[in-house]
Amino acid sequence: MSLSMAETSAVQDVGTARPPAAHGKWDRASWVRRAPLLPALIFLIVVTQLPFVATLVMSFMKWSAQPDAPGKSFAGFDNFRTVFTTPAYRQAVLTSVEMTVTVVAVSAVLALGIALLLNRAFFGRGIVRTMMIAPFLVVPIAAAVFWGNGILQTGYGLIDGLLGELGVHNAQNISFLTSHPKMAIEIALIWQWTPFMMLILLAGLQSRDPEVMEATAVDGANAWQTFVYVTMPHIRRYFELSVVLGTIFIVQNFDAVQGMTGGLNSTNIPYAVYEVFYSAKDYGVASALGVVVVIGSIIVATFALRVVSSLLSEEDN
Amino acid sequence: MAAIAPTGDRAGTAAPAPVRARRRTGTIVGAVAAWLIGIVFVVPILYMVLTSLHRPQDAQTYPPSWTAQLTWSNYHQLFNTTDGIIVPLLNSAFTSIVSTALVLVLAVPAAYALAVRPVRRWTDAMFFFLSTKMLPMVAGILPIYLFTTKVIHMPDNVFVLVVLYTSMNLPIAVWMMRSFLAEVPPAIIEAASIDGAGTMTIMTRIIAPIATPGAAATALICFIFAWNEQLYAKVLTSVNAQTAPVFVNTLIQTEHSYLGVLSAGATMVSIPVLFAGFAAQDKLVQGLSLGAVK
Repeated sequence: MSLSMAETSAVQDVGTARPPAAHGKWDRASWVRRAPLLPALIFLIVVTQLPFVATLVMSFMKWSAQPDAPGKSFAGFDNFRTVFTTPAYRQAVLTSVEMTVTVVAVSAVLALGIALLLNRAFFGRGIVRTMMIAPFLVVPIAAAVFWGNGILQTGYGLIDGLLGELGVHNAQNISFLTSHPKMAIEIALIWQWTPFMMLILLAGLQSRDPEVMEATAVDGANAWQTFVYVTMPHIRRYFELSVVLGTIFIVQNFDAVQGMTGGLNSTNIPYAVYEVFYSAKDYGVASALGVVVVIGSIIVATFALRVVSSLLSEEDN
Repeated sequence: MAAIAPTGDRAGTAAPAPVRARRRTGTIVGAVAAWLIGIVFVVPILYMVLTSLHRPQDAQTYPPSWTAQLTWSNYHQLFNTTDGIIVPLLNSAFTSIVSTALVLVLAVPAAYALAVRPVRRWTDAMFFFLSTKMLPMVAGILPIYLFTTKVIHMPDNVFVLVVLYTSMNLPIAVWMMRSFLAEVPPAIIEAASIDGAGTMTIMTRIIAPIATPGAAATALICFIFAWNEQLYAKVLTSVNAQTAPVFVNTLIQTEHSYLGVLSAGATMVSIPVLFAGFAAQDKLVQGLSLGAVK
């Protein structure tokens, strides 16, 4: 896609037909155009790309910051071998995948349903919309500690309390955080991210062409037919976008794991990197884990960028 | 579209009475469902606020003390103790506001070079910005930690967070601002320059009025993300530069009743975000979808 864009702009440059003699001047002009872009570009390269280079170098070093550890030395691929052979890290990868897929899938389906409900006029729609957005506007770590301590906590949490009021026997001993730590985190994340996806899908629904909708109604399509043949094709792009953006944010989730379970039977990749660097102080392994995460992200990102670029090219046309 | 078979009664535009009745029932069922779901989503927040207003002995009971007396004592405790929430809130405000200002200073010119007078291969630049957002922040945290503590000797410093939050939000801001600036019709700019308007005039008279609401929405969203950030703040700060999200963690205790104060802290730290979010509500979607959704 970006290739075709480059070709188009090249064609346009030929179209304006600058004589080769004016090459120096043309160069200056293009630098004037580029100048406003450079501070942002340079800043971002220095602050985000250089640390990754450092991570890459450190991933080949034997380097522990524990007080009794030997000094730094070259480790070859030892750190990577540790990353790939330690069951805990493999488990962290699986947990990350499981959490991300579950949260994104459930949130996306819920969000679609809620967006369809909110797209119709009814009494108090504005209030319901505001209530729906609110979870997304609670600070993530605040949401995590309150879900962990106020809602799902054994005994005095809201859920145990409600179950007790409903007459469930021994409800005060139900401990979701220890029996189902991953599910507990997933529920809290679904609660926070469904509103985000819902907002995007609702915007998609509201951008449907009213004339098309009217024609559909005149043609006598029922609600299901309208949904399958008109609404779905229209909001597919919005659906994809909400899934891609949701994935980008949710796969990086650290706060919910740290705030709710402290990683107990629910360590995902970000928490694993944090732990091996912050608690275990093994800088070499932490870096190797970081490198593996980056490579994995690049693979996922390549796919994600394709979705986003199709949106951009449509806008461009 | 073609797949919808015409049902034949297209002459009569008004639906027959049973269909109308069914649609009406459908609307009512939909409205009730929407209200129920909305309530389920907002209950955890209401319960957090309620708990924050309960005395410590009422906040942590089984079953919950629904009708216990309300009090501000948890908030008093948060604000009046020496290592209370005031300094963390100020640190959060400082890092969020300053980094947001820096983001705008860098992003607005960049977006101008990507939208109004696009450089060649502007999409490549756009995707570079976006790709930095897809690399997990946690992967760069160790070198950043070592650099700030061992090389420049600035541990526990708010300015380090300002720089990091600027880099974290810059890609989002560039994408958002580009989409807002792309709404400026090129024909107007052309017409203005034919009429003899200089670059400054075009910027202040044409681009600024159209782009200002977008810049405000961008600022609010960058503020929210910076305010919410906890991982870098947790690793890079301890006492002086501790931000409010990191502080909330410290309210978890094991010895005595803590849930009331914890709820008050979680509520306090979320209030600025709730305000910013509802203020930006109209542009929230366009911003969060990086400008892809209008």
